Amino acid sequence: MDQENLREWESKCIQEEPPECTAACPIHVDARLFVKEMGQGDVEAAFKVLAKTMPFPGILGRICDHPCELRCKRGEVEAPIAIGLLERHCVEHAAGKNRIQLLSRRSQRVAVIGGGFAGLCAAWDLLKKGFLVTVFERSDRLGGMLWELPESLLPREVIDEELAVLTTLKAEVRLGISLDGEAFEDICREFDALFIDREGVAGCALPLGRDDRGEITTDPATGATDREGVYAGGVTRMSGAWSPVNEVLQGRKGALSIERFVQRAQMVAGRENEGPFATRLFTSIAGIEQDPRVIPADAGAGFTDDEARAEAGRCIQCECMECVKVCLYLERYDGYPKKYARQVFNNERVIFGAAHTKNQFVNSCSTCGLCETVCPNDFYMGDLCLQARRTLVEQKLMPASFHEFALQDMAHSGGERFALCRHEPGKNESAWLYFPSCQLCATSPAEVLSSYRYLRDKLSGGVGIMLGCCGAPAYWAGRDDLFRETLETLRQEWGGMGRPRVVTACATCRSLFLEHLPEMESVPIWQVLEEAGLPRTTCAASGTTVAVADPCITRHDPETRESVRRIAGALGIAIDEFLLSGGKPECCGYGGLMFNANPKLAKEVIDHRTRAEMPPPAKPFVQPGGWYRTARQEGTDTAYYRTGVSDHDYLAYCAMCRDRLAAAGKRASHLVELLFPAVEGGDPAGRGWISWSERRANRAKVKEAILRELGEKGEVTMAEHEGITLFMTDEVRRRIDERRILEEDIRQVIHQAEQSGKRLKNLQAGSYLACHQPENVTFWVDYTPVENGFTVHNAYCHRMKIVGVK
Amino acid sequence: MGQQEEAKSWSCAACGGELGVVKVGFTYMKGNFEVDLPACKGCGLVLVSEELATGKMADAERILEDK
Repeated sequence: MDQENLREWESKCIQEEPPECTAACPIHVDARLFVKEMGQGDVEAAFKVLAKTMPFPGILGRICDHPCELRCKRGEVEAPIAIGLLERHCVEHAAGKNRIQLLSRRSQRVAVIGGGFAGLCAAWDLLKKGFLVTVFERSDRLGGMLWELPESLLPREVIDEELAVLTTLKAEVRLGISLDGEAFEDICREFDALFIDREGVAGCALPLGRDDRGEITTDPATGATDREGVYAGGVTRMSGAWSPVNEVLQGRKGALSIERFVQRAQMVAGRENEGPFATRLFTSIAGIEQDPRVIPADAGAGFTDDEARAEAGRCIQCECMECVKVCLYLERYDGYPKKYARQVFNNERVIFGAAHTKNQFVNSCSTCGLCETVCPNDFYMGDLCLQARRTLVEQKLMPASFHEFALQDMAHSGGERFALCRHEPGKNESAWLYFPSCQLCATSPAEVLSSYRYLRDKLSGGVGIMLGCCGAPAYWAGRDDLFRETLETLRQEWGGMGRPRVVTACATCRSLFLEHLPEMESVPIWQVLEEAGLPRTTCAASGTTVAVADPCITRHDPETRESVRRIAGALGIAIDEFLLSGGKPECCGYGGLMFNANPKLAKEVIDHRTRAEMPPPAKPFVQPGGWYRTARQEGTDTAYYRTGVSDHDYLAYCAMCRDRLAAAGKRASHLVELLFPAVEGGDPAGRGWISWSERRANRAKVKEAILRELGEKGEVTMAEHEGITLFMTDEVRRRIDERRILEEDIRQVIHQAEQSGKRLKNLQAGSYLACHQPENVTFWVDYTPVENGFTVHNAYCHRMKIVGVK
Repeated sequence: MGQQEEAKSWSCAACGGELGVVKVGFTYMKGNFEVDLPACKGCGLVLVSEELATGKMADAERILEDK
């Protein structure tokens, strides 16, 4: 990822964009943070937020005409947050004083003509920027129209107190000045730049361009008049459009232009978002309940402390987080895509080779694409993560542990125990080529064989079969070399078969073929079965209701999702749809090799999909902090949407979904098991989990059965240890499987130990403990030799290599 | 169970020796470590317990992988 890529990624994620209130505010007060502090009862912190952006917060806080409220998202539910009243309460109660951070002093002198609110705000900003400021005012006091506001709203002493800041900042104030053309020319000669408050010079004959109504004309972007170095802002009383916060904006705009003018800097660059602008932030208000606005008991006095706190508590703390709400992976790393993109970039580039703190992060994404579906800007974490994985592989920094087990499983599928490509028995051409997938063969060997026989019955022109892996694990592991090589092998085999139409039974295979082998025409088995007619079968699930667990890879494949539902319907099965159905299926934790790189997270993901979770509260808490985030803190395990849980059996049509759901304790079957039951009248959903060792054995069974039918003998070399018989309890079998230890690994350890004698004896139990390190992993097995084999008590492994005793 | 105690629960079936606690070297992801572990006093056959492999060792592996 380079800087440009990073910027592209970052710009897609809008979580950090300002909320509507801030974007609507002419001077961009962080109203969201202000209201949050108010909701927590921290008036001083809230005041600091105001004072950071507002000039004369004691005045503006009382009189602001709060255009922010018009765009408040809470207002779309019922009534906007009373930000104006909250500001008033804050400045009335905060003890905090204006502490102004001055920039270094400058030598340039700026005249502010007219001491109305716009002029005073320009003076405030110019003083902060370090200019020597002189304010010229015709009357005998500063403040202009501020003095005309009701005293109950803006007490006179507040005006005096706030304006005293100008004296503190050493502004020179000249009152009772008569402003005619001559005086104006004198000021122009004496000062480096001028800011004119329109109301402050109303009726004065100044030599500046004016419109038909007699108002001084300015460039809307900069406030520049037709005279160089002279800027103007504010509105006259006559215009009838006086808005306190707009006066501030106009003063601020003039002050910035003057700074740029005296610095001879680019006048308009980077000012696009000056004043109110449209924000890109998306905030969903779905699920937010109505909560009426707090009305002050004494309208004239404003809010009490309790009222202010309650009103602020209505704020939903606008943020996007759409993807994070539906993805446990994104949630667990405590950020959002923009932050993640920066971290991934830093991982790759900034701290190159030094501290790769995001390795597990980029390898934990399932690449399921749900984030992209729910993101207002289509941010796809999977793409970001896959790119990062490829980079890690290129840099030779990819830890082997993240994908090794899956890649070994893939190697098994591409090896002599499984890989096969043949025409239909008795034929020497293939119009069709069945590609049942390595994982479906691993899960349901008998059903695959039976479906193959059915396809041969129904389709003409010969139905060949290809056993192998589509390369998905290599693709997910960032192993482009291996992925290309796998595809090339498949492409050549397919070419050798006469380029038949490929019938796929796994949606992942088909998706990769479509994208990476476009010349290879493929069709899902479900579509073929619908067209050719479904097998006559007594479906175990007929008359029941199931929840269809769509694999995440069918996100952009509505035809397949619908086809599966039609078939289920034809089998007499009713369907209960998940909340996140249609184009929003979740991953089972296998996708992207999450199960391999982050087994803990993968387990949480599948648990979430199989156990009822507490839904997030639809109403924000009184303590704001982002309604979604607060909900998350309140949740016991996870508060992300109750998406994938149904009390009914699940019907999967991806082998990995089926197996992972079943391993998590959910009754789940694969559609192929319902269409081609291995046992008539059996209960496929009750089959339960399947171990990795069993999966490999099942694949081998499919190949052997096909070879038998073809009258061929497989040429499989059996290693000596393969003859070892193991005995173990279900508990041990499950534990070693979760540790991704194969029975094959255990046989090797025992074989090695028995041959070499290198083993430790447990003096109490009498069992042996031995280890063996065939490649990167060291396997330990606790066993006892028995008649005809070995009882395995336990097995575990580690990746650290034992160098030896010192 | 302490290392000493653990060592006493085992004997080396390869050479018949007793186990004692010694420094054992490990390497992973370009890092080298030394840990006090039970090993055969005679032939140096090392004992890595399940607790160590699935606990501290697994934690250290994860930290190194994310470095």
